[in-house]
Amino acid sequence: MITFTDVTISYAGATAPTLSNVDVEVPEGELCLVVGLTGAGKSTLLGAINGLVPHFTGGTLSGRVSVAGMDTRAHRPREFADVVGVVGQDPLAGFVTDTVEEELAYTMEQLGVRGEVMRKRVEETLDLLGIAELRNRPLRTLSGGQQQRVAIGSVLTAHPEVLVLDEPTSALDPTAAEDVLAAITRLVHDLGVTVVVAEHRMERVVQYADRLLFLPGDGSVLSGAPAEVLRSCPVAPPVVELGRLAGWDPLPLSVRDARRQAAPLRSRLPESPSVATKCGDCSLSARKVVVRYGAVIAVREVDIDLHSGEVLALMGRNGSGKSSLLWALQGSGPRQAGTVRVGDQDPKALAPGKARKLVGLVPQTPSDLLYLETVAAECAQADAESEASPGACRALLDSLAPGIADDKHPRDLSEGQRLALVLAVQLVAAPGIVLLDEPTRGLDYQAKRRFGALVRGLAAQGRAIVISTHDVEFVAAVSDRVVVLAEGEVVADGPTADVVVASPAFAPQVAKILSPLPYLTVDAVAEALR
Amino acid sequence: MVPRTLHPGAWWLWALGLATAASRTTNPLLLALILAVAGFVVAHRRGDAPWALAFRMYVLLGAVIVFSRVVFRIIFGGGQGEIVLFTLPQIPLPEWAAGIRLFGPVAAEQLLGGFYDGLRLATMVVCLGAANALANPKRMLKAVPSALYEIGAAVVVALSVAPQLIESVLRVRRARRLRGGAQKGMKALRAIVIPVLTDALDRSLALAAAMDSRGYGRTGTRQRGPRLLTGFLVIGGLAGICVGVYGLLDGTAPRYLGGPVLAGGLALAIAGFVLGGRRVPRTVYRPDSWRAPELLVAACGIGTAAVLFITSQVDAANLYPSLNPLTWPEFAALPALGVLLGAAPAVLAPPHPETT
Repeated sequence: MITFTDVTISYAGATAPTLSNVDVEVPEGELCLVVGLTGAGKSTLLGAINGLVPHFTGGTLSGRVSVAGMDTRAHRPREFADVVGVVGQDPLAGFVTDTVEEELAYTMEQLGVRGEVMRKRVEETLDLLGIAELRNRPLRTLSGGQQQRVAIGSVLTAHPEVLVLDEPTSALDPTAAEDVLAAITRLVHDLGVTVVVAEHRMERVVQYADRLLFLPGDGSVLSGAPAEVLRSCPVAPPVVELGRLAGWDPLPLSVRDARRQAAPLRSRLPESPSVATKCGDCSLSARKVVVRYGAVIAVREVDIDLHSGEVLALMGRNGSGKSSLLWALQGSGPRQAGTVRVGDQDPKALAPGKARKLVGLVPQTPSDLLYLETVAAECAQADAESEASPGACRALLDSLAPGIADDKHPRDLSEGQRLALVLAVQLVAAPGIVLLDEPTRGLDYQAKRRFGALVRGLAAQGRAIVISTHDVEFVAAVSDRVVVLAEGEVVADGPTADVVVASPAFAPQVAKILSPLPYLTVDAVAEALR
Repeated sequence: MVPRTLHPGAWWLWALGLATAASRTTNPLLLALILAVAGFVVAHRRGDAPWALAFRMYVLLGAVIVFSRVVFRIIFGGGQGEIVLFTLPQIPLPEWAAGIRLFGPVAAEQLLGGFYDGLRLATMVVCLGAANALANPKRMLKAVPSALYEIGAAVVVALSVAPQLIESVLRVRRARRLRGGAQKGMKALRAIVIPVLTDALDRSLALAAAMDSRGYGRTGTRQRGPRLLTGFLVIGGLAGICVGVYGLLDGTAPRYLGGPVLAGGLALAIAGFVLGGRRVPRTVYRPDSWRAPELLVAACGIGTAAVLFITSQVDAANLYPSLNPLTWPEFAALPALGVLLGAAPAVLAPPHPETT
């Protein structure tokens, strides 16, 4: 269905080609997962399938990419509209119209499909993806998972043979991700659509994949059955890492496969891992915090205490009030009732410059804080803002993420590097409490691992850390305590193991495999076996 | 009647009819009646979408117009009129500003003149507001001829960009507090503008890529000749329509500028649209159909305008109440009936469907 023949793609100004001499074939009806570290060329590979690379993005392509017999050299992306459906990373940015039904019809309108056919296909697609009750809703009011399904539906109505998805579940909470994945697998099984998915959160997709394309980052592409490729692949989901550790063969890809092989391992492991819980004094205490936007109550009388040296994970559905709570705790966001005390001060009552010395917050879009042309300028500005000695921010940045050149533009940094830069900017003010709003979206496994170590380091210095995230694996590895929010209320608060092990949505893979033993991460298992 | 959305064009024709009628009179009784009619229809047939709720903003804008007209007359327009209500201290102006007077005696005629004028403009604005409240502006863009499709698409995208831009300005402003937000002036502006612009640029690139891969512009490969001809016909036609409408609405313009130029412009524009539309194999999902209710609604609006036109030929005094000498505005049956005709769509149009 999709054939890459000796494809080399290079961008102007780059020292090495992004993809070099790639020969890949994806047969019809397969679900193909593309993995690799950030910057390894996943987006380039996906874009090349319908000709966006190089027709839209620029760059040079040699070799040949052909899809369903059409060569991307001879046809522009718009001529692939009825062959390849593409859904980008942020579905909202790709929406052209403003209601669900019109968005589903848009591609067909461009193709000149007859009215009655359009009507029929829209109805079919609404049912296929389970979004029929959303048909009249404005797109902006949908939740992330709903938007993602509408975006898939909007390309599906043209009846493409190939579906290309760039990180379809990265921004979603576990349940919404399940919905989207169920829709995707249904397309593969029932309609025979060939699906190509790039996804950092491999653990969610790999069990459904027929083929894995691994991009090591040197321009080459490894293609094969998932179990084969994962045997040696440096990026792997926890279930695979556990399989490697325990020496299971064949390598399990799903929790179910792993659980069937796990009985011997379970009997070898001690009852409970050694957990060193040490946490310091209460550094922030919030009582009866209420945040409301008009009639919508985002946070409903929440009590929360943060302890120094502790990493707290804030979990919950999209829209459950996580961000609102963080902003209210920092003092920059609205807070209609309740008290927040850091020592004897309320950060909301202080000037912004003073508040950030008590509580630092890294927002969901860290780049909102960056506006200068170079990393060095941002660091200098941060020093000036925080009345720190010159070079303090740069030193912090080097300790967080070494090797970022001074003259780089902040926009050219990778997600992980940009996050480190913003974190450094906020840490220069030396706040005792650091709040991080969804820092892990867009980070690959290695960046996440580094970031996790960095967070533990900050906690070890005696800071209280709060991380709001959907990433259960990250939570399992990094946090001491988990608070789950639903509809603005705290529904669970306790040590990580207690909260996540029993939860069907929030349990990490290792916990599901080894349940009832309370192990959360592969590292904990390795530690116990040693 | 089965609830459905009326063709936006019908609402616009109706509203333009009412606005045209309003432009033909300064009689406050008639204008008030037109306002009441517009409000009545809006109250009966609007949906619950955001644009439908904007009607009160138009009413507010109308009130501001009337108020500012009257205030302007007090400040600048002093002097005319016999019945002086009160006298404000006059501010003496230098020689070169002769002819302009600030404050001074305020006459009833002068206030009423401002009020009538303002009310006429306000009524026209409210009529357009009614059209906006009753018809989804984006559906209106869908109904444009396919020769104008590209322009329509650009407008739709621009309309959705505005709220996104506001959203990201708010987000960045809020985020700025996290860095202390101590800068002032140009530096502060820069700290907001740069992230917002980069964000907007990223989004527009993503949108362009999405539109490209979804087939936008797939059929845009036409030869140069026909494209030029279409452009010429459409633009020439639209210019003709503008001149024609001006001629028709301005009572003092020469006759030949009205009907004939309007008809000629319409013909040119339609020829352009047909020529341009013929080559575009693009379809519209669930197009609004033009059926009997649409016709009736449009006829009501146009009827109102026609009655006021006829009255202005027969008995103009009714429509422009005299200020000098000051007389009480008369309430004549014929124009009032004409305006009341405009209220019929409240019953004739199908009700707006419930949205969930």
